[in-house]
Order: sequence, then structure tokens, then C-alpha cells
Amino acid sequence: MSRYLKFLIPGVLFLILVVFFVIGLQRDPRMIPSPLIGKPAPEFALEDLSDPQRTVGTSDFAGRMYLFNVWGTWCGGCREEHEALLMIASSGVVPIVGLNWKDDRSLAQRWLRQLGNPYETVAFDPEGQVAIDWGVYGAPETFLVAADGTVLAKRIGPMTMDVWQREFLPLISGSGGAS
Amino acid sequence: MRAVIAALALAVSAAAFAIDAERAFDDPALQERYEHLTRELRCLVCQNQTIADSNATLAQDLRREVRELMEEGKTDGEIHEFLTARYGDFVLYNPPVKPRTYLLWAAPVLLLAGGLGAAALVIVRRARAARENPEALERDPETETP
Repeated sequence: MSRYLKFLIPGVLFLILVVFFVIGLQRDPRMIPSPLIGKPAPEFALEDLSDPQRTVGTSDFAGRMYLFNVWGTWCGGCREEHEALLMIASSGVVPIVGLNWKDDRSLAQRWLRQLGNPYETVAFDPEGQVAIDWGVYGAPETFLVAADGTVLAKRIGPMTMDVWQREFLPLISGSGGAS
Repeated sequence: MRAVIAALALAVSAAAFAIDAERAFDDPALQERYEHLTRELRCLVCQNQTIADSNATLAQDLRREVRELMEEGKTDGEIHEFLTARYGDFVLYNPPVKPRTYLLWAAPVLLLAGGLGAAALVIVRRARAARENPEALERDPETETP
């Protein structure tokens, strides 16, 4: 083995390692890909946030495309994305269904009164049971569910108009779910 | 001497910390299974902790879920399946063996084989050099001492 090769091999191995690190460090470890994409959305039936007598469930949205947004008043990112949700709701492209996750009912109701309510309905999940079924690990999280009940996309972290236009809208016009 | 033995015993004994405020199960066997299961599931909010270690509310919820699934008589495999269907393989501290992870699982063996191969190569070449020219080895600048 020539002297030249003796330095070349560790050098190349080191470069490969550097490439791995550069790619690895640029990925956000908080973005865990959801295994639910392409699968049927988990079914649920929970109390309505505004009216404990009423039930909100997946059956209410059968045959319709909707956004499923997980939020809580304790969650800073949810406050951050609220404006974007209001804009998406007023555009009327898809209804937004809320999941109020591990929250206090009166606090959540006050939040919607004060900041505006982008949701068609909000399901109340104080135990976090439905959130586990949806693989939720940190609010806010937003899912796009197709009319046939398939999960099309998931956003982890605050929804922004940029993400909405870039990642969600193309999926909606693509599958003809807009009304 | 006794102190040394006591210190050593403490150092090697497995840590037994309580997970929840109360035991999850009265049956010691079930409790042990529960503790084992929660120690190999990842808490997804605090990613370098298991759901047994973490006090995050999600970890508490997942522990409750594991407990309920055990009470329903689910096997460890079924509980793993339940969680990976929702959170993906990332929730498991032990990555499953599948095409995507072949390289990961094979890496220790490959690295060991590579090291042994390199070592064998060096030994054979040195032995041959020593046979052909015994004095050369002594004059090797890397091994020479004043």
C-alpha cells in the first residue's frame, strides 16, 4: 500500500462522516414523521368544548375534507398560529376542527371568545386519550384529512400562511376537496 | 474493606427508582413487566428520556396507556405495535430490524471485521518483512528508541 493511499482512506472516511453530520445536524429532531400519513384518521367521539351535552366525532365530518388542529391554552405556539388559523378559516377552503388537548374548559372557551374562533367545532380532550390515538406529542399539530377519511399531511409546530400555501393548499386542490 | 465492598455493591446494583407515585400493579411480575416496558419507550417531548424517566404530561399519559393495555391483557409485542402505529418506530428505544436498519444493526459486526482485517494485514506484512530482512524491523523509525 502506498503512502498516498494510507492517508487517502482515512481522509475519505472522514469526509463521508462529515457529510452524514452535515445532513444530520440540519434535520430538526423534533419533526418526527407521522406514521398516520396515507392511513385512515383515527376515529373519536368526545364532548364538545362549548357544550358538554353535545358530542363531536369523526362521523360528523364523513365525506368532507377538514383540518384537524390540536391546541391548548397552555401552548405558546398555539397563540402564535391563531392568526393564521383565523385567516385559513375565513378563506373557507376547508373547515377547521379543533382538539382542545389537556386543557381547562373555561380557559379554552375564554381563549376563543377573546382571540376569535377559527373552528367549526372543538372536541374537548382533557385526558389526552384521542391525542395519543393521533400520535400527538406536542401542540400545536395540524392534520389535513381527506373526504374519504385519509390523513394527507401533518404539520408539527405553529401553522403559518407560508406552510399553508406551500404544503397544504396543493394537496387540497389536487384531490378536489375544496368546496 | 467492608466500606469498599459496600461501595462496589452500590455501584454495580441496578438502580430501582419509583416511576409513579404509587405502584401500577400489585402483582410484582406485572409491575416488573410494566417497568421494563416503560423503560424502552421513548418520551417524544423530551426525546432522550424514556417514558419511565420523564415527568412530562405526555409521558404520564403514555404510562397510563401502557398500564391500560396491560390490564386488557395485551402482550408486549401488541403494546409496541399500538405505539408505533401512532408514533412511528422512533418511540422504541430498540430500533426494529428491517431493511432500513440493516446497516445500523450490521455496523458493529462490519466495523469489527474491518478492524480485524486491517490488523491481520499489518501483522502479515510485518511478519513477511521481518522474514525477508530481520534488521529492517529493528531500524523501523516508528519503533526505534534511543
